[in-house]
Amino acid sequence: MMFHEEYARIDAERIREGVASLDEQKTEYVISEETLAYDDFLHLLSPAASASLDAMALRSRAMTQKHFGRNIGMYIPLYVSNECANECIYCGFNRKNDIRRKTLAEDEIDAELESIRKLGFDSILILTGEFPAKAGTEYIARCVTLARRHFSQVSLEIYPMDTDGYRQLVDAGATGLSIYQETYDRETYARVHRSGRKTNFEWRLDAPDRAAEAGFRKIGIGALLGLHDWRIDAAYVGAHAAYLMKKHWRTEVSISFPRMRGSSSHFTPACIVTDRELVQMIFAFRLYTRSAAITLSTREAPSFRDNMVDLGVTNMSAGSKTNPGGYETFSENESDGQFEISDDRSVDEVAKAIQRKGYHPVFKDWTEIFGGVRA
Amino acid sequence: MDDLLKIADKTFKSRFMIGTGKFPSDEIMDGCIAASEAEIITVAVRRVDLERPDISILTTLDPARIFILPNTSGAQNADEAVRTARLARAMGLSHWVKLEVTPDPKNLWPDGDETLKAARILVEEGFVVLPYIGPDPILARKLEDAGTSAVMPLAAPIGSNKGMRSADAIRMIIEQASIPVVIDAGLGSPSDAALAMEMGADAVMVNTAISASNDPETMALAFKLAVRAGRLGHNAGLARKRDTARASSPTDWLVK
Repeated sequence: MMFHEEYARIDAERIREGVASLDEQKTEYVISEETLAYDDFLHLLSPAASASLDAMALRSRAMTQKHFGRNIGMYIPLYVSNECANECIYCGFNRKNDIRRKTLAEDEIDAELESIRKLGFDSILILTGEFPAKAGTEYIARCVTLARRHFSQVSLEIYPMDTDGYRQLVDAGATGLSIYQETYDRETYARVHRSGRKTNFEWRLDAPDRAAEAGFRKIGIGALLGLHDWRIDAAYVGAHAAYLMKKHWRTEVSISFPRMRGSSSHFTPACIVTDRELVQMIFAFRLYTRSAAITLSTREAPSFRDNMVDLGVTNMSAGSKTNPGGYETFSENESDGQFEISDDRSVDEVAKAIQRKGYHPVFKDWTEIFGGVRA
Repeated sequence: MDDLLKIADKTFKSRFMIGTGKFPSDEIMDGCIAASEAEIITVAVRRVDLERPDISILTTLDPARIFILPNTSGAQNADEAVRTARLARAMGLSHWVKLEVTPDPKNLWPDGDETLKAARILVEEGFVVLPYIGPDPILARKLEDAGTSAVMPLAAPIGSNKGMRSADAIRMIIEQASIPVVIDAGLGSPSDAALAMEMGADAVMVNTAISASNDPETMALAFKLAVRAGRLGHNAGLARKRDTARASSPTDWLVK
């Protein structure tokens, strides 16, 4: 079975009712439960639960410390290509946008990798748009091979592939894969993805299944917050996470919460998720999934990130550039980034901020020995 | 008389081991190790970065004072665990290894099959193997037969702080074992550690209960004392528990 079948069975009405709960009495009971049912999770996303943010925070902190210790895993993104054949109306890489496009050559990738390694990272996330003619499976596999010379953890955020394509990347040494559905609302999805292969909703929905089957050790999912009612999308992400954790039991699932902060010249979000709402969502995921990793990128502001260090987050990026070659090869005038960085502090500053919260920034948490999942 | 813990060819005064995966900083970890007087400290091989000694845990741990026991945490199968142990030896860490094989990232429950497979290979290669296992008396016997130098059954799921949930199975393991039994994972409070030692465990290992405490150093000290108390209680021979009170006999007045 693949997730699109499970998706078809999800009761949309049950979700709408659950996340609309106004029963504030229920929150205390839900928070005290050792394991939460899906309906409990829906309640934690509701307006009723927003009245109990402090209690959710304390529980989230305790559960995270229990499973992960006082550790924040540190990673850094490397955009190797911003070329894209898709027309996603919210994305900077939209093929219709007139931006400076680059796909890094091998020597440029090497220069970037060496530059990043000097920052102290051992975990790297490689990203591309969807442009298989220039940055296809072979190219990405080559990037992975190059990256594994410097880093023991190499994750990917790339377009959806079939299982064989993913397997090639695992064999090349890739450890993790992130693929965000953007929105689980089919109508919204169709509206914001106007052309290109990304218009195929189901193909994307099943990508985490295919990636897990191909042997990725870590799989990241999420919704792009701002496209659709966040409570509904979060409810589907929760269902997706629970499904993956149960079916692919050897695979570590992580969840990201990329949110659009405001309008760009190209796109006005349907809604702006507030700090309070984002925090509530993160707590709800910690309480429901318990052991899922939770990632917070430099899309978020320094103060927000610092405050979340001890409240449920487990992974953070730092020192990020979102333009291809941004660390060594190209300036921001030569290649364009995907989104605005809100936290532009240096790696060292972020690491110190984490330590001030009584947490340990973990740069190395892997050995080159660990390979793909084998049943 | 010294009551020493003997594992393979080494003896230790302390019967309290500490894991290092969850401490917020090296300073706090150092303070806890000092307060606990623990001699055996486990370190995840995957966390060791020889290229960056400035952020490596190894620079804060003093090998003259403590014994560093590398662990294979993160390994999902026997092959990865064996290679991680070899890597630790090649790094010059140790030929001792705490063998952990945990394919399920949710519960980090040890995989008995793969652990046994890895243990056989590592013993053959001359490693001193201390396997982390579920509370399974048969698996413990098989590992002892395979030549491991201890077994380390979990008391409760790791990080759960639930204490000696597996008491019956652990009692069987202790009764049958001719190698040290170290209770690892799940001990949430000093009294849990004392109970494990009273039952006859040779040592205990703790991480979360200390590192997640509001005052880790004091908690480390509390565990040290509890381990000592439990051990003394075990050595002295516990009085038998009874189902009914026997403060005094209600029939003393009768002529016998």
